[in-house]
Amino acid sequence: MEKLLDVKNLKVSYHTYAGEVQSVRGVDFYMKNGETLAIVGESGCGKSVTAKSLMRLIQTPPGEIKEGSQILLDGKDVLKMNETELRELRGGDVSMVFQDPMTSLNPTMNIGKQIAETLIIHRGMSKSEAFEEAVKMLKLVNIPNAEKRAKQYPHEFSGGMRQRAMIAIALACQPKLLIADEPTTALDVTIQAQIMDLMKDLQDKLGTAVILITHDLGVVADFADRIQVMYSGLIIERGTVTEIFDNPQHPYTWALLQSVPRLDTAHKDTLYSIKGTPPDLLNPPVGCPFAARCDFAMDICKEAMPEYTSLSDTHGVHCWLQHPYAPKVERPIGNGGAANGTR
Amino acid sequence: MAQDKVLIEVKNLKKYFKVGPNATLKAVDDVSFNLMKGETLGLVGESGCGKTTCGRTVMGLYPASGGQVLYNGQDIHKLHGKAKKDFTRKAQIIFQDPYASLNPRMTVGNIIGEGIDIHNLYTGQEKIDRIYKLLELVGLNKEHASRFPHEFSGGQRQRIGIARALAIEPEFIVCDEPISALDVSIQAQVVNLLIKLQRELGLTYLFIAHDLSMVKHISDRVGVMYLGTMVELASSKDLYAEPLHPYTQALLSAIPVPDVNIAKTRQRIMLEGEVPSPINPKPGCRFAPRCKYAKAACLEQIPELKEVKPGHFVACHIVK
Amino acid sequence: MLDKNKFRIVGCSDADADVINRPNITYWGDAWRRLKKNPIAMASLIFLIIMIFMCVFGPYLTPHKYDTQNYDILDKTPFGNHYFGTDNLGRDLFARTWMGGRVSLYIGFAGTLIEILIGCLYGGICGYFGGKIDMFMMRVIEVLTSIPYTIVIILLLIVLPPGINTLIFAMCIIGWVGIARLVRGQVMQLKTSEYVMAAQALGASSSRIIIKHLIPNTIGIIIVYMSMDVPAFIFEEAFLSFLGLGVQAPNTSWGALVFAGQGVMANHVHELIFPCVAICLTVLAFNLLGDGLRDALDPKLRQ
Repeated sequence: MEKLLDVKNLKVSYHTYAGEVQSVRGVDFYMKNGETLAIVGESGCGKSVTAKSLMRLIQTPPGEIKEGSQILLDGKDVLKMNETELRELRGGDVSMVFQDPMTSLNPTMNIGKQIAETLIIHRGMSKSEAFEEAVKMLKLVNIPNAEKRAKQYPHEFSGGMRQRAMIAIALACQPKLLIADEPTTALDVTIQAQIMDLMKDLQDKLGTAVILITHDLGVVADFADRIQVMYSGLIIERGTVTEIFDNPQHPYTWALLQSVPRLDTAHKDTLYSIKGTPPDLLNPPVGCPFAARCDFAMDICKEAMPEYTSLSDTHGVHCWLQHPYAPKVERPIGNGGAANGTR
Repeated sequence: MAQDKVLIEVKNLKKYFKVGPNATLKAVDDVSFNLMKGETLGLVGESGCGKTTCGRTVMGLYPASGGQVLYNGQDIHKLHGKAKKDFTRKAQIIFQDPYASLNPRMTVGNIIGEGIDIHNLYTGQEKIDRIYKLLELVGLNKEHASRFPHEFSGGQRQRIGIARALAIEPEFIVCDEPISALDVSIQAQVVNLLIKLQRELGLTYLFIAHDLSMVKHISDRVGVMYLGTMVELASSKDLYAEPLHPYTQALLSAIPVPDVNIAKTRQRIMLEGEVPSPINPKPGCRFAPRCKYAKAACLEQIPELKEVKPGHFVACHIVK
Repeated sequence: MLDKNKFRIVGCSDADADVINRPNITYWGDAWRRLKKNPIAMASLIFLIIMIFMCVFGPYLTPHKYDTQNYDILDKTPFGNHYFGTDNLGRDLFARTWMGGRVSLYIGFAGTLIEILIGCLYGGICGYFGGKIDMFMMRVIEVLTSIPYTIVIILLLIVLPPGINTLIFAMCIIGWVGIARLVRGQVMQLKTSEYVMAAQALGASSSRIIIKHLIPNTIGIIIVYMSMDVPAFIFEEAFLSFLGLGVQAPNTSWGALVFAGQGVMANHVHELIFPCVAICLTVLAFNLLGDGLRDALDPKLRQ
């Protein structure tokens, strides 16, 4: 199987005044050309840090990508690249769309120039060629009056349009991999729908592989091929989108699915919510990180990290409930979430 | 539920901002509705529709440019001095951004206790006890009182904001997008808390949000706003079961659904274009430029909010 | 082999869920920690503490008084227990340097404090109330800044009775404008913060909002400004001394000493060097400390 991206044992820490915060504690995953992977989890689980490490955008210090981590893009080790190779990588092979389009666009440069910039750097185009291509990109992302808009500045664009401009910049050089870090979180529901449709459309046209980072499972159902659920710096469950929605195995995944209210939830009924907050990664817990918030926690969960159980080629989970000694547990039927699955 | 009594009457409320020599931003343009005691009225719409401005004007934070907000028959914008201060005890607000709504230099205990100080409700040990009780009410504990906001997560800060609002025992709370900045799993925590508090303390909420599924869950009635005008107002059941206004229909079809089968098969109504600017709006129905049913009459005259079914109001020339 | 007994479901308790593990750290605690990591700023701080110590206690470290004239040892380079030598009237320069330091530092701190008090109040009112009040008050500031600063000071010093306090008064009369503008800008920005709105919603009075919410969040900027303003005063005083308008005899200041020293620079350079070095190092230290403080107090740079 040809792997576009192969990440092994990624560990990233930040050195702060209080000590070492282990943001990512050993993450393995891969991606094939053209597919869409969603990384889902709460704030602070390490998904953004993972994404930034793929392009080595982690500031070191205070960050540190630990020894033993390996990130292979098309066979090349990103962590061993020098400055020149990294500059070619960023924007050329891999590009990123960020959450807040207002702060990720340069307010003093017009949009056309910002798109053209990446073309000049990576394709060696001249300024005028690059600007023409930029206008084409704006048309591709469905911005009306592209010629006029290309000469405008970010503040003249609305939130949704800015995000489209960001996507245009990211895809200008037709990278192999696009990382979208919560691209629609700051947008309204109708604009969210437009942007997600746009991304799907472009992905079909250009064949780009996409990593979508989000905390909202609603957005994922329509868009992703595979899903990885992250918690506290680790991947606790992974699978295809059907496997995760129809047969989730980890209590945290159940909880995430149930937290999304659906239009058929009983009015003012208590929504399923996970109590408390994720553990502080300054002193990560020894056992399963979710144990302190898990309704199904067992003593073993607090003592040791669960092993990986493979349920199919694509579906796997780290949970002690999978162990033969553990009691059989029914996924809680309740408001919200997809059709319930049992073991 | 004692929903017979009208707590707040909003009549033809207008809030305009002057943004230039000839430009007026009509954030709220002739909005009317009643808020019944003990209910939750949801207010939805996209960014720029004026729902936040409406909420803040209704509880007195912004002065009104026109129209009235009546509490017990009195126009709250015409109150002065002590009467005005007394009204602040009745109406409180919870903000959207948990990171900006708490003073970074004050301890959590002082933040919660500020309202108590301003209105001289308790002093000394009684005040401290009250602060601890409020912390427990929102699911935090006593130790958190001496900490600073930056030590908490978004969801926890939002809960501190709720405790602050509750400290002076209000009747009515404007929840200004309280969950938009939080993760989905934490949103549920905050919403559950708000519902529980409403039951226990008999609160009335004006719940402003753009997340339609959460709004439906918590609201008894829902109003849909578009560019400063109210286009539809109905019970949440009726609104979601049978949306009448074309804008409401489009809004509802855009809600993301965490179900693979439904997501891939449903038909979405795509809205063309972007939301136009609320500065110097053109006459006629505000939604007409984007509406696929628009007729000539729609561009000339702005439709009134009319009751087309019992309890279900729509502002549209097409809907009968 | 794993213990089967450990596989019974126990669930979790609410108490585990919301624990904060990190040590409690206040804004000032964090700022101090960041400052400590900056070696240049810490060196400057230590230097200034030593300087202040010497200005206070220095004159007692030598048996000679600062104003005792002795015609036998005119203009002598450092010898015996005249550590810095003597000046053209045989006075001990070591004692004079530290006495001068007292005056210069006093002018620096007192002037800065007065400017800050006036400027904060003025800028705070402008920024908070805005509208017509702001417009009027800002016009006043603009008029004041268009008047040549130095001329005003000179005129005042000529007209008013001489003395250190007059000097401070004259220097402050226009100088507060800078801090007023700074505070006004900061207050205008903070005014729109949601926590200020929350306080208004709770019914807080304007004075409460200004004192409890706006000023504490402005203090960082004020402190940095102070550390830059003190040396500015010292410099300004030195400049006025050159015009003969600074501190008058029998008092002395670094500026006055430099002025006296530069007159005999060709033959008795030691009379110039000591006060000069004192001014330069002190001003440098304040500026470096100010830079360090700005970095330490900037909320965006916190880790």
